[in-house]
Amino acid sequence: MKRVILNAVLTLSLVLFASVSTGREAMLMSEDPKLEARLDELSHELRCMVCQNESLASSRAELADDLRTEVRELLRSGKSDREVKDFLVSRYGDFVLYNPEVKPLTWVLWFGPFVLLVIAVIFLGIYLRQRRALAAPEAMSDDERKRAKQLLKG
Amino acid sequence: MKKVLIPLVLFIALVVFLAVGLKRDPRDIPSPLVGKPAPHFTLFTLDKGDNKFSPIDMQGQVWMLNVWATWCVACREEHPVLVAFSEKTQVPIVGLSYKEIQPQDAAYKAPFDDKLKLARERSQVWLKRHGNPYVTTVMDLDGRVGINYGVYGVPETYVIDKGGVIRYKFVGAVTPALLAEKILPLISELNKS
Repeated sequence: MKRVILNAVLTLSLVLFASVSTGREAMLMSEDPKLEARLDELSHELRCMVCQNESLASSRAELADDLRTEVRELLRSGKSDREVKDFLVSRYGDFVLYNPEVKPLTWVLWFGPFVLLVIAVIFLGIYLRQRRALAAPEAMSDDERKRAKQLLKG
Repeated sequence: MKKVLIPLVLFIALVVFLAVGLKRDPRDIPSPLVGKPAPHFTLFTLDKGDNKFSPIDMQGQVWMLNVWATWCVACREEHPVLVAFSEKTQVPIVGLSYKEIQPQDAAYKAPFDDKLKLARERSQVWLKRHGNPYVTTVMDLDGRVGINYGVYGVPETYVIDKGGVIRYKFVGAVTPALLAEKILPLISELNKS
């Protein structure tokens, strides 16, 4: 029973929350739906510098609001997505991009995990080979077999 | 022996990585603006009237730009440090009052002139109470100048050289240690050139 109530409360709060947030976004929308769609798409790729783990699209921080306004204005003035990103990167650094560009400075970020994976696979290979060598039972010689039989007869 | 040693070494390496990671400040993001000319702006100053300030006014001097606001809690902690610094040294500090009127303020949607008036009043009262380390303070009401300077956490402090190039940026409250060990040596070096 408790669970049912809890579920109901959770669902209700989700519904309420969703309606609140859409209401807020609707308020910020400008007249041009095409531009808003672009803004939405772009701001999902941009990081909110204040909360750091949220995108510009999902953040409710004040700076995120300001930056969305700024980006909206840039888009309205005919700037391309590329130019908008450059605008933000020149001020806040690569950190604003959720998809940082591939360049020498970000090589470790992009390729580091794969390098680690390759190293891990190599070590795994070595380890498995060693284990197989250890586990391989050495055949008993005839003498040993005889002795074993005798010992077992006791 | 080897069996114990390898996991142990790996474990220690992991611990070291995590320990270093914990000590690092996630807000300390290298600013792309360091080494670039300070973005241009012209803003009303804190004084009454139509006085305006522009970074060009500081040309030929090494100066500091300090982003602050009366609502900013960390600024309160930083402020006495700046006041003491301004009394001890000759380095001019320009204050940038960042978005003094916040969205939750009733006056947020008021006309510009009313907002400016209120922001000036508030900031003046605050500076009177806590001391004024600034040669001048400029009013960035809508935060647009802040965006151009890559401001994302108030307070922030910039060191700008004689040619108007940003040489250093710090996010957060400056400490006496930071001033003495990093900022002052940098400024005296910049003053020589």
